[in-house]
Amino acid sequence: MTSQRLQSLTEELHPPLTAHEAGVESDRCYFCYDAPCITACPTGIDIPLFIRQIKADNPKGAAKTIFDENILGGMCARVCPTETLCEQACVRNSQEEKPVRIGELQRFATDTLMDTGRQPYERSADSGKTVAVVGAGPAGLSCAHRLAMHGHSVTIYESKPKPGGLNEYGIAAYKTIDDFAQREVDYVLSIGGIQVEYDQQLGTSVNLSQLKDQFDAVFLGMGLGGTNALNVDGDTPAGVHDAVDFIEALRQAEDPTALDVGRNVVVIGGGMTAIDAAVQSRLLGADDVTLVYRRGQDAMNASEFEQAVAQTHGVLLKTNWQPIQLIADDGQVSGVEFEQTDSANGSLQGTGNKRVFECDRVLLAIGQQFDAADALSGVELQDRRVRVDEYGRTSDAAVWAGGDCVSGGEDLTVSAVQAGKVAALSIHQHLSA
Amino acid sequence: MVDLTSSFLGIQSPNPFWLASAPPTDKEINVVRAFEAGWGGVVWKTLGEDPHIVNVNGPRYGAVHSSDRTLMGFNNIELITDRPLETNLEEIKRVKRNWPDRAMIVSLMVPCEEPNWASILKKVEDTGADGVELNFGCPHGMSERGMGAAVGQVPEYIKMVSEWCKLHTKLPVIVKLTPNITDIRFPARAAKDGGADAVSLINTVSSIVSVNLDTMSPEPSIDGWGSHGGYCGPAVKPIALNMVAEIARDAHTAGMPISGIGGVTTWRDAAEFLSLGASNVQVCTAAMTYGFRIIEELTSGLSNWMEEAGYERVEDIVGRAVPNVKDWQELNLNYIAKAKINQDLCIECGRCHVVCEDTSHQAITSSVNGKRHFEVIDEECVGCNLCVSVCPVDQCITMEQMTEGTDPRTGQPISSEYSNWTSHPNNPFSNG
Ligand SMILES: Cc1cc2nc3c(=O)[nH]c(=O)nc-3n(C[C@H](O)[C@H](O)[C@H](O)COP(=O)(O)OP(=O)(O)OC[C@H]3O[C@@H](n4cnc5c(N)ncnc54)[C@H](O)[C@@H]3O)c2cc1C
Ligand SMILES: Cc1cc2nc3c(=O)[nH]c(=O)nc-3n(C[C@H](O)[C@H](O)[C@H](O)COP(=O)(O)O)c2cc1C
Ligand code: SF4
Repeated sequence: MTSQRLQSLTEELHPPLTAHEAGVESDRCYFCYDAPCITACPTGIDIPLFIRQIKADNPKGAAKTIFDENILGGMCARVCPTETLCEQACVRNSQEEKPVRIGELQRFATDTLMDTGRQPYERSADSGKTVAVVGAGPAGLSCAHRLAMHGHSVTIYESKPKPGGLNEYGIAAYKTIDDFAQREVDYVLSIGGIQVEYDQQLGTSVNLSQLKDQFDAVFLGMGLGGTNALNVDGDTPAGVHDAVDFIEALRQAEDPTALDVGRNVVVIGGGMTAIDAAVQSRLLGADDVTLVYRRGQDAMNASEFEQAVAQTHGVLLKTNWQPIQLIADDGQVSGVEFEQTDSANGSLQGTGNKRVFECDRVLLAIGQQFDAADALSGVELQDRRVRVDEYGRTSDAAVWAGGDCVSGGEDLTVSAVQAGKVAALSIHQHLSA
Repeated sequence: MVDLTSSFLGIQSPNPFWLASAPPTDKEINVVRAFEAGWGGVVWKTLGEDPHIVNVNGPRYGAVHSSDRTLMGFNNIELITDRPLETNLEEIKRVKRNWPDRAMIVSLMVPCEEPNWASILKKVEDTGADGVELNFGCPHGMSERGMGAAVGQVPEYIKMVSEWCKLHTKLPVIVKLTPNITDIRFPARAAKDGGADAVSLINTVSSIVSVNLDTMSPEPSIDGWGSHGGYCGPAVKPIALNMVAEIARDAHTAGMPISGIGGVTTWRDAAEFLSLGASNVQVCTAAMTYGFRIIEELTSGLSNWMEEAGYERVEDIVGRAVPNVKDWQELNLNYIAKAKINQDLCIECGRCHVVCEDTSHQAITSSVNGKRHFEVIDEECVGCNLCVSVCPVDQCITMEQMTEGTDPRTGQPISSEYSNWTSHPNNPFSNG
């Protein structure tokens, strides 16, 4: 039973394509002119070209086309909500409502090249310039790699003992098996010229003015450390956890099946994190998992596909219920009281109809918030995150930022990669001037 | 009711589909399976003299595939039958006796000497077979020994051997032609002049199907070496159709029965061969790709189409399209057509735009009022059909004839009169 559970937890949603499947699927691409999928990809990968390279039996060339724009193309192939990005733009949708399986083809190509252990880039001659990158998540890694390509020396300061950011600590286990996140980081770093300092937190062990003194430029890619607090009455009883912490614990556990995940779980939230926490609770043996979201189903951040994944894993979706209070029994959570809502005309209103959902575990997935503001004296914020322009420049001329920690982003891995790349190009321009 | 029965040189068969001389017709067991499946007749795998030839003992076939591994073209370096003559003759005799309603043609290839032909013809007559096909076609192996295409490429030899055969047998004589020649009408005329009753075509096209880039050996590879083979299957159909049409419309050979071969895979292919002047068709690669059961699709497809189109008998189709096959100089230069894109069907892939822009006449927009939009610019469109050819959506782009007004490209008025190159002012030899 235990080993069976573990297996399903790490069984991939999409097994990798075989060479034959990739050949057949790649043949479905029309090689469109000014292809809409390229525009829909936040990193602007030349999708028709890489698919044509797969079709012509050149998967390594395909991988290079992908990495040219997105060095974490391997992870993105696994975690991107392609149904709302590139695949949504595929002209095959108008023709037969079946887009080319771009994500799976991207995985086929990147796996082929990554399996060789060789990356297609060499670091340019040392520029003599140094850049500090804060955070070894997708944004920081992408930025560091692009800077290294241009010959700059990069030092990454990472508060955790491992790199990868949410790729390592957050993304659902079944999206990235076999320690892929760490293998990918090794692959990215193999370009050289990038040093990672672990257990170094901006704000405690290092501070921004030090970094500005020591380096020619600083990139902030520290994501969102904190999580939003539940705005309900009463103290927090035992059995109430933050979903991101729960996922981190399970991603890092030696034996995830040994975790106590509760029997009757209520997950509060409507995004990818909520779905991941709910599905993984089910896979780890919870009998009943109910995902409760305060707005309607179409307002959920999780895509239709992810909602379907939750449903096929036996997660009950309850929409238009907002939490009122946590109910405890001897200091241990025993239920959550919700009120039905009406979100028809945009604003959310309680209808007065209340109901208690019984449970022995509550997972909160109601969004993350930026918690490193204190460490950033002199850098302006906007909507409680770092304010940047289109090149990732902050209000401080020596500091760039990108990824989840900046305002107005999409909170996706692929967007963080793009932000890191754009900032790196801007930093490079600045340093070469 | 559609009647699919066929009479080719008086040889009856329940339908116009014969299996071409090749592995599917090499042995009794294969041919019986074919007849059980419903094939109208066979041309037995080419017989030669004893001692029988030998084949290579490694791969003898190669293929060209589409991405989904649909077989588009097929190549072989196989020779004629590699079994003793007597074995083949016995089997032919038995099969013909057991299947009297099916056509049994025997393909032959022996050295270019009259006694050799006289001798083998006698033996074939004894089997009760319905006719013989002279294999002047195989482009590989046998041609190095002065047979097959080595004969088919010299019209004088074709005529000579045809004469010998007509002299030494009463059986109908079909001459199978090689496409590996500059002008197919010359060997066809020679066959006719030699007294042959019919021609069949095409045999395979000389080819190297691929090269293994690791070993640098042509495929199929025999111990690291390869030899050119013969190409057939869907890829060769257009070549075969043209050659059949050329013979059908040549004054010298007009009316001589033709058995059409080359890439017949579906009923539609067969109907096209018939329309261009073939009286029946022969199939090899399609059977070797899918097995004999395809005959069910071939017969039902052909009869359904005939019924819908109002044809009752196979002869009604034969040659229907021949009068419409012309020399280029006869085509009507006053016929003006423009591409038209059906915006409801357009999926906005933009391929029509980029190919027209890059390689043709810059006649399709990519955006209109800042929006992605593909539309034909009549002022630039020369009606070349490239966009229709590359559009992935069937019927999305069509060629529409202009029947009145002026051609916006040339500014010339549309004329309903027929006018061709022979009278065009730019033609130095104009007769107009
Ligand atoms: C549970 C969950 C599931 C998700 N699933 C998906 C998904 O399926 N698909 C998708 O596209 N996106 C998903 N996302 C979003 C995605 O993971 C993020 O958008 C992405 O990781 C952001 O990258 P980043 O580099 O900006 O930040 P992070 O990935 O958060 O990386 C930030 C790094 O900085 C470090 N750090 C933080 N503070 C400091 C400091 N003060 N000093 C030094 N280092 C610091 C952190 O330890 C971390 O390594 C998910 C998010 C969560 C929470
Ligand atoms: C493996 C193979 C062996 C063949 N052997 C002969 C042969 O012995 N005699 C002959 O006249 N044609 C032979 N052919 C040619 C076929 O009869 C036929 O003319 C040619 O394949 C074109 O038809 P298709 O496209 O339907 O295959 C052979 C073809 C193949 C593929
Ligand atoms: S190629 Fe066809 S489908 Fe694509 S834009 Fe042109 S007309 Fe439309």
